[in-house]
Amino acid sequence: MTDWIDIGTLSDIPQRGARTVRFEGEPEIAVFRTGDDKVFALVNECPHKKGPLSQGIVHGHAVACPLHNWNIALASGEAQGADSGCTPTIAVREENGRILLARPETQSPEVMRDAA
Amino acid sequence: MDFQDGIEPNSDYDDALNVPSDDVREHLVVVGNGMAGCRAVEELLARDADRYRVTIFGAEPHVNYNRIMLSPVLAGEKTFDQIVINTREWYDENGIDLITADPVTAIDRAAKTVTSRSGRTVHYDRLLIATGSDPFIIPVPGKDLPGVISFRDMNDVDTMLAAAEAGKAQGGGSAVVIGGGLLGLEAAHGLTLRGMKVTVIHLMSTLMERQLDEAAGWLLKSALEGRGQTILTGADTAEIYGEGKVEGVRLKDGREIPASLVVMAVGIRPATALAREAGLDVGRGIKVDDHMVTSDPSVLAVGECVEHDGNVYGLVAPLWDMCRSLADGLTDRHTGYRGSVTSTKLKVAGLDVFSAGDFSGGEGCEDIVLRDAARGVYKRVVVKEDKVVGAVLYGDTADGGWYFDLLKKGEDVSEVRDLLIFGQAFASGGGALDPKAAVAALSDDAEICGCNGVSKGQVVGCIEAGACSLDAVRATCKASASCGQCTGLVESLLALTLGEEVEAGPKTLCKCTSFTHDDVRREIVAQDMRSIPEVMQKLHWATPDGCSSCRPALNYYLLCALPGEYVDDQQSRFVNERMHANIQKDGTYSVVPRMWGGLTNPRELRAIADVVEKYDAPMVKVTGGQRLDIFGIKKEDLPAVWADLNAAGMVSGHAYGKSLRTVKTCVGSEWCRFGTQDSTGLGVKTERMTWGSWMPHKFKIAVSGCPRNCAEATIKDFGIVCVDSGYELSVGGNGGIKVRATDFLCKVATEEEALEYCAAFIQVYREEARYLERTAPWIERVGVDYVKSRVVEDEAGRKALAARFLYSQSFSQDDPWAERASGDRTDLHQHLEPQALEAAE
Repeated sequence: MTDWIDIGTLSDIPQRGARTVRFEGEPEIAVFRTGDDKVFALVNECPHKKGPLSQGIVHGHAVACPLHNWNIALASGEAQGADSGCTPTIAVREENGRILLARPETQSPEVMRDAA
Repeated sequence: MDFQDGIEPNSDYDDALNVPSDDVREHLVVVGNGMAGCRAVEELLARDADRYRVTIFGAEPHVNYNRIMLSPVLAGEKTFDQIVINTREWYDENGIDLITADPVTAIDRAAKTVTSRSGRTVHYDRLLIATGSDPFIIPVPGKDLPGVISFRDMNDVDTMLAAAEAGKAQGGGSAVVIGGGLLGLEAAHGLTLRGMKVTVIHLMSTLMERQLDEAAGWLLKSALEGRGQTILTGADTAEIYGEGKVEGVRLKDGREIPASLVVMAVGIRPATALAREAGLDVGRGIKVDDHMVTSDPSVLAVGECVEHDGNVYGLVAPLWDMCRSLADGLTDRHTGYRGSVTSTKLKVAGLDVFSAGDFSGGEGCEDIVLRDAARGVYKRVVVKEDKVVGAVLYGDTADGGWYFDLLKKGEDVSEVRDLLIFGQAFASGGGALDPKAAVAALSDDAEICGCNGVSKGQVVGCIEAGACSLDAVRATCKASASCGQCTGLVESLLALTLGEEVEAGPKTLCKCTSFTHDDVRREIVAQDMRSIPEVMQKLHWATPDGCSSCRPALNYYLLCALPGEYVDDQQSRFVNERMHANIQKDGTYSVVPRMWGGLTNPRELRAIADVVEKYDAPMVKVTGGQRLDIFGIKKEDLPAVWADLNAAGMVSGHAYGKSLRTVKTCVGSEWCRFGTQDSTGLGVKTERMTWGSWMPHKFKIAVSGCPRNCAEATIKDFGIVCVDSGYELSVGGNGGIKVRATDFLCKVATEEEALEYCAAFIQVYREEARYLERTAPWIERVGVDYVKSRVVEDEAGRKALAARFLYSQSFSQDDPWAERASGDRTDLHQHLEPQALEAAE
């Protein structure tokens, strides 16, 4: 059982860009839209030095962290190339033109790890 | 060989196909539009393009694509278009009839016809069967449930992508891959990258046991587990369960693994049903002789569907050898296939693995092993009677080609046995690891490109025939054109064959392209390209939308080439240039308003003080460029901060940009007892002229009022030092990591001249330096004499440059802060607002 929360439409997010969502007491979430209009969500922190990934350059299905240019895969949260580390992913889906985010409060830690 | 004897006259030439009835050439019908069938036709056309009329039947609805590149497509690294080997145009240009999505279902050898699923009957003179192999489906309950697939064609990849997408909608999604061989691990890797939780079930105790020994298999297993996959070895599948669709896999020991997708990748076997029904000799595969001729002299077979000398092959390299022998046979050259020794070199989840020959050990075999746990390297070479008979490499596969070469040639290695394991460079006595020496030592028939079956001799031949760049090699012999793993080898061959010509060449812009910065700029202008996607398309970018290196560079090059016309792509800008502020390590921003020439006034200072208090900025600092930097501003507060600063008459200082930063000044003749000219006034004029300009990198200017040089003008990109008789101009200084004093450019008499030279210098730099190249390294590269020839000696050229700069400035001197403060691009600053909670499944 997962609860989904409506965070807006695809057009609210710039193509090859990201927006952020906040829930009280939770780490900020970055919601990405890629060049091919896929949507991904990650905790808005690079596994390296916690750089805000939402501010990075989105290319393919990856984002380059704005602080030190680590490349993070959007689907898995894994650092790519020689770097290693992982940012938690959050399940997100599109339905009737709306973007729905798996609600952090009810998402058990188990599910969080599965999604990662 | 009797199959070359006379052509039988036939009556049903003008059957289903649209064929000119006067075409009396022998008709070669190819069953199978895959890698083997098409490669055979390519080899044939290369030998004698006109000899046969060719018809190809394919079961899939696609043109010929590189099946071994399906993994990168699944992983999202390539698109389908990028793995197409032969486009429609290729079939058309070579007069080949291509029939797709219509597999051949029967062969009538007596009538010499084939019949397809749609009922089409076609006569052949020669038939080539290239049906490849079928995935082996283990006969367990549930194997036919929807959601159980193999990993063999584009359709399977589409199914996996859809499952990953559907899984995402349910908060993750799980997949089981049955089979821990090459194919299974590639499928598992791709699905993991697509966000699925993947479990690999492998019957044997070691992953990839046919290619790897136990030690390497264990290293691979732990590395994959480190990447989040669950690997179950020694696990036997009992059944696939689910109501109407897959819900999971149950093992014989009772364990259950829930999954919405099951990929069956336990192996492949030759697709021989068609041949068997036609009465051809079939063993494990369709039996062929050294010329790929089956038991019927008019019927040939090639690829994974054949059995040659008791062997069947499932790798791509033997296929190329077979196609060469086949084409030789079809054009009356009798080389003959003698079987292949195979090696496997691959990357699974970014891990390098190589194996070749026999590494099962046994009597008379000696193992030489090297383990480097810290680097995760394992190497094992198996030697028998002073010859290399097998090799397994994990983590460092650079010497794989060399071991494989020694193995194939059966060379006596007793001389180098002690050093063998350290690789070719050590064993051949050099000591220093020179990759070029290793490549030079390879024999001509050593394979360079495994994807396209290109040997060292062929690559060198194509370089000698005029292919002087990586791109040219890719275009001519296809080496390095598919997966790119051999790019380093091809580059070494270019360097070896052409010498300094290639080595001196600048590096490519980034991994996405084989073109250099200079190539790209030249082509943007020459082909009048107008957008980033257009550049990527026309210059064959290897990635769908570039990377964080090339996108900002292309954006700048287009902006510079098309002032007033090109629409800046904000998403291709680094965060600072997109946010018009400097990101700090905690994710907040610092804000620097412009202070013209370093001058300020009470109104500006009050506004800054107010902003600091209103937005709780924890720090204000005087910068090295004579202005104030306000730290700790949150992205959502930026527009309001700018509005407040705008209200006091201040604009963006571009302290964040690859652009003009600041013009530093000293007080000059107005106040200073040594001052010779109005350096402050000239500084303000210079800043008014140059602010807002985008450049290859940041650009700093300073004006000093006398040779004491208090504004430090001789470590700036453009420095002006006032003297009694005028202005000394110098360029290319840098106070950064590598301090560089400026080169003297010239001396001018008036402020107007100083400004004109400044504008002209900036414009040459803007038009010719590479993105992210400061003026200092640029001038060291092109020489200060070149700069003088453009800016000092060529008066008309200088005026034209200055005019181009001022024209471009007429579009760039809008305050970006004012635009944002007025509500432009609020999406960059505001958080998304979650709506009311919805009930869901």
